[in-house]
Amino acid sequence: MTMQPASTEITSRTAAIIQEMKGLEGPLLPILHGIQEEFGHVPKDALPVIAEALNISRAEVHGVVSFYHDYRSHPAGRHVLKLCQAESCQSMGSDAIAAKLKQLLGIGFHETTRDGSVTLEPVYCLGLCACSPAAMLDGEVIGRLDDEKLDEIVAEVLS
Amino acid sequence: MIPRIYIPGDSGALALGAEKVAKAIAGELAERGIEAKIVRNGSRGAYFLEPMVEVATANGRIAYGPVKPSDVKSLFDSGFLTGGHHKRWLGAPDKIPFLAKQTRLTFARCGVTDPLSLESYKKHGGLNGLMNALALTPAAIVAEVTESGLRGRGGAGFPTGIKWKTVLDTAGDRKYIVCNADEGDSGTFADRMIMEGDPFVLIEGMTIAGIATGATKGFVYVRSEYPHAVAAMNKAVEIARKAGVLGASVLGSPHAFDMEIRVGAGAYVCGEETALLDSLEGKRGMVRAKPPLPAHKGLFGKPTVINNVISLASVPVIMDKGAAFYKDFGMGRSRGTIPVQIAGNVKFAGLFEAAFGMTLGEIVDEIGGGTATGRPVKAVQVGGPLGAYFPRALFDTPFDYEAFAAKDGLIGHAGIVVFDDTADMLKQARFAMEFCAIESCGKCTPCRIGSTRGVETIDKLAAGIEPEKNLALVTDLCNTMKFGSLCALGGFTPYPVMSSITHFPDDFKPAPVRVAAE
Repeated sequence: MTMQPASTEITSRTAAIIQEMKGLEGPLLPILHGIQEEFGHVPKDALPVIAEALNISRAEVHGVVSFYHDYRSHPAGRHVLKLCQAESCQSMGSDAIAAKLKQLLGIGFHETTRDGSVTLEPVYCLGLCACSPAAMLDGEVIGRLDDEKLDEIVAEVLS
Repeated sequence: MIPRIYIPGDSGALALGAEKVAKAIAGELAERGIEAKIVRNGSRGAYFLEPMVEVATANGRIAYGPVKPSDVKSLFDSGFLTGGHHKRWLGAPDKIPFLAKQTRLTFARCGVTDPLSLESYKKHGGLNGLMNALALTPAAIVAEVTESGLRGRGGAGFPTGIKWKTVLDTAGDRKYIVCNADEGDSGTFADRMIMEGDPFVLIEGMTIAGIATGATKGFVYVRSEYPHAVAAMNKAVEIARKAGVLGASVLGSPHAFDMEIRVGAGAYVCGEETALLDSLEGKRGMVRAKPPLPAHKGLFGKPTVINNVISLASVPVIMDKGAAFYKDFGMGRSRGTIPVQIAGNVKFAGLFEAAFGMTLGEIVDEIGGGTATGRPVKAVQVGGPLGAYFPRALFDTPFDYEAFAAKDGLIGHAGIVVFDDTADMLKQARFAMEFCAIESCGKCTPCRIGSTRGVETIDKLAAGIEPEKNLALVTDLCNTMKFGSLCALGGFTPYPVMSSITHFPDDFKPAPVRVAAE
């Protein structure tokens, strides 16, 4: 598993990100995106640093972090596979695709394989509805998922 | 002349392998020692033909598609750089029936030009609308947009000009233009396509909105699920700034306007305008009660225009060709064109821009070509997760805000998702409630609690527990959600649920009967 950085290091790296974004109007979301990009998740130790810098309460920062689906409290696997589960993909059999993928990877949604290779997440629309069912693997878009493409994806993430 | 090859960089095309095709073409060019310019254009929206590669020849552009990497060698052997024949040959792109039948106003350049070339943008009529606007008073711009009949393309259908007038007439030391690019509805991808394929048109539309209302700062709130659109918009803003389209003096005029691209964090409810404003301010994306209207007290409490991507991207053509030109298209109170997004289980999936007034049946059967699976169409969901499911019996409904409302539906952001006869409408109704429960901001009770109770009650129906009583309960619950919710998330979730119950009653009959009927 990924090593967690020490809290002093989190504090200093968080402070640097805040410094860079503090001048923006409504800087909290950009700061949180920056932190997640830096650490792969939003570490608990970063929250008081943000609260102090923006002069808001820790509860408010926690409230924002926990509201949005994107922010993780723990690091994800080495790969992140997002499988669309919205209506357009449903009409093209995304339920069956999800069931097969869960079986092949041995995990459910919002879970990471034990070796830390991949995290599986549902997503509600990637805007690829004209080529459903769709997925996103580490930011790369994949359309018209079928058994062959699933096997390729599984081979890639587990290798 | 160096040959020009167009290979879409649009996400939809990439999802179908456009990157591999681009690599194969670049590799083949190198191997054969041919010099050519590769342009990564947007998509024209005929996704059943993507990746669609085009070459500029002496006789205009010639398209090939869908191109696989394995086709590339033979394409070169067939002389595709001069339009040579090949099994993937499609001819002139604007003669392809799916594209030829469209009226492209908002999407005129999408798929045609290089999205990040301001020169290419101007060559195809870009910035004409902004230049016309700069010669007018703010009130005259607002009057022109009002006269065009443009209504909010995000779904609410509120007249854009009226919204702008309110902001123009409201005093404020600072005003904002906010573009809602949180296109979360399944079945919709028009915003994504225009941001990736013609980002300058959105910048131009927002700049015109700024000049018309006295706003000097714009924000585009793009969902995080659209990384390619975010990248394209950021690059385009940078280019526009350098070229003086954005900045302290827009195209040398006394008007200042600049903008920023902001990224959402995976909350569907932030597509609701007041939740979006809270999110931009750095808060939880909670819905605000109205009034005050965002036009009076919007972002950071300042007068704010908040419009959908397509509404703003339609403004340049209106200011270029005039309100009368735009208004001439359409029917009733729905004027102009609408980019219909045909998605799901459909043979010819893609974006089809046309004047309002086509019937749902024409869109699904004639343009869409029926289902991809070849089975009969059972239902079509129009307007995203909060839109109604329409049965074939209602296929004569014309695409028009009022006509859809009259059939207890909505056109929303004009996405339509086709389902074949294997669809289980009870399952779809359950999903609508489940989705509302996942995405509810939690501020109002009908949405937060109602959606969860909805899932439970539909589960009881599925299990055959007191079906009549539970069906009545779901209906009653939908009524409460519709009239008691603060925003469209809780308020419109009843549309997919009730339309499923009304039009597909057999799917809600107790389990033993359902099995026997099959």
